[in-house]
Amino acid sequence: MLFTSQAAAHLSVVLRSRELKLRALLGVAVLALAACTNIPLEDVQVQDRTGTSVSELRAGNAAGGATSGAAGEGVTGVEVAGANRAQPDALNRVVYFDFDSFEIRPEFASVLEANAKYLGVDSRRRLALEGHTDERGGREYNLALGQKRAEAVRRAMGLLGVKDIQMEAVSFGEEKPAVAGFDETAFAKSRRVELTYR
Amino acid sequence: MTTDLIRFGLDGRPQRRRLLGAATASIALVLWPVRDALAQFRVEVSGVGLTQFPFSVVGFRGNDAASEDIAAIVRADLERSGQFRFVPATTGGLDETSRPDLAPWRDKGADSLVTGSVSRLADGRFDVRFRLWDVVRGQDLGGLSYPVSAQTLRLAAHRIADYVFEKLSGDKGVFSTRIAYVTKAGTRYTLWVADADGEGARSALSSPEPIISPSWAPGGSQLAYVSFEARKPVIYAHDVASGKRRLLANFKGSNSAPAWAPDGRQLVATLSLSGNAQIYLVGADGADPKRLTQTSSIDTEPVFSADGKSIYFVSDRGGSPQIYRMDAGGGNPKRLSFSGNYNISPSPSPDGRWLAFISRVNGAFRLHLMELATGTVSAISDTSADERPSFAPNSRMVIYATRDKGQEALMTTSLDGRIKSRLAGAQGDIREPAWGPFQP
Repeated sequence: MLFTSQAAAHLSVVLRSRELKLRALLGVAVLALAACTNIPLEDVQVQDRTGTSVSELRAGNAAGGATSGAAGEGVTGVEVAGANRAQPDALNRVVYFDFDSFEIRPEFASVLEANAKYLGVDSRRRLALEGHTDERGGREYNLALGQKRAEAVRRAMGLLGVKDIQMEAVSFGEEKPAVAGFDETAFAKSRRVELTYR
Repeated sequence: MTTDLIRFGLDGRPQRRRLLGAATASIALVLWPVRDALAQFRVEVSGVGLTQFPFSVVGFRGNDAASEDIAAIVRADLERSGQFRFVPATTGGLDETSRPDLAPWRDKGADSLVTGSVSRLADGRFDVRFRLWDVVRGQDLGGLSYPVSAQTLRLAAHRIADYVFEKLSGDKGVFSTRIAYVTKAGTRYTLWVADADGEGARSALSSPEPIISPSWAPGGSQLAYVSFEARKPVIYAHDVASGKRRLLANFKGSNSAPAWAPDGRQLVATLSLSGNAQIYLVGADGADPKRLTQTSSIDTEPVFSADGKSIYFVSDRGGSPQIYRMDAGGGNPKRLSFSGNYNISPSPSPDGRWLAFISRVNGAFRLHLMELATGTVSAISDTSADERPSFAPNSRMVIYATRDKGQEALMTTSLDGRIKSRLAGAQGDIREPAWGPFQP
């Protein structure tokens, strides 16, 4: 969901006027929290080892069992649903990158600031920083490159005061190109980090 | 080198055919209709081996009672290897008990002959029997019997082809093995398990989000893979027969590139816990990960050597992605690739002699093979979008994904690059192959 730069600038201005007040409030809140609980605000490992998180559907194995073929054993199908959530309107949530680069260009600072504000309003809000690459190269290496981009945005957001518990940097590598195509225009649109609220 | 193109079409109509009588120039394999449309493959074989064993196989006596044409499957398997040349049958009515007059076969140029029978057992199963004849020396090279259910008739035929292949070439056959791969049709991703000939494909996982990096556990009953269904990459271990799966790694950030240890009790994987992609050891029960690499660069695509003592991996610690090997415990990293500035996706052969990998040469991503003892590297494909090589368990072939004629396809190749087969799906893109292990 793209936003015109003019509107973004306007939003930025509107938000900036409240920024100082908000920052002061945030600062006080952080101090208060730290004083109460003394828990350092650092990475929290998200783990789930119980492993029965999705619904299962037996697919197409009617009529007396699956054809077992080579192994002498069948294959039981599992079908899973997606996990899409609605995103806040009127918030620019994409940062683009140059080829082979992990630097956030200055023109995207406002995007980060706007989203940092949004996160600051409600500490329950959760943001995924989804890193992407263009389609050239290997899938796993591109997954790691996308992670590097997401991580760069995460650090930048942290510097803007966003709490680490509110963010997670993940990567889609080359799996979700922004547009189909194998030319430089298509590639340029795929090299991005998308800020997606969970 | 001559190039013979053999097409195996699937028209989905059940038929039983005997290979008697006159030779047929075209080969139309007819098989039971496959329930899942995406599973219909076209297999094209090109190239021939340096030596080709001329062989013949006669329709199995009594095969009419069964739903699969055993002789046809044996013939197709052996031909698909590129190392066997079929000689049409001259007579029929033979089975594994009759001692055939081998002179007419010798005249026709067949060096070996397979005969057999299919009979019904009292419990409703089938008894598939065969015998292999050395036509030149007039000798019996052995035979076996397989009592199988209707569902495993194809497996019996594949085992017969394996027997013939091993007896004549000296290498173990891989016709009874399975492959896993992923297809993408629109916004639907599916992880499939199929026989090595592309038949019998069944969906193991269907998802609206990508699935990548399937990895077979030793023993072939489980697959680890990366699923994006939670809108981040997460590693699952999946029991193929039951469909039961468990989370192996869902740590903060990205979890990917799973690869099993030969003892099946651990995996290596890439986790971004530390902020950048690093390699960890993870228990097969999801136990606490142990970090194996300690760099601030990208370390990924770990894979165990067959003896479990080393781990091959990709690292850009030197400035660009290259292939390294380290001890299974994480020490002594040694760089292996020195040609070009983009070398990824290592796949070591089970016999420990070779390493298949992808190297970017003049912008083309191409399958290469390294002889580990000498470090000699050669390109073994001529396409330019190769990905994810995976060795067959007999160390004689490699399966990989590529883009050919504008379409994603799976390819297998012999190690000298001469014999290739192409598996193209009927619909949708196909990628991420993994060749399963020998199964007992």
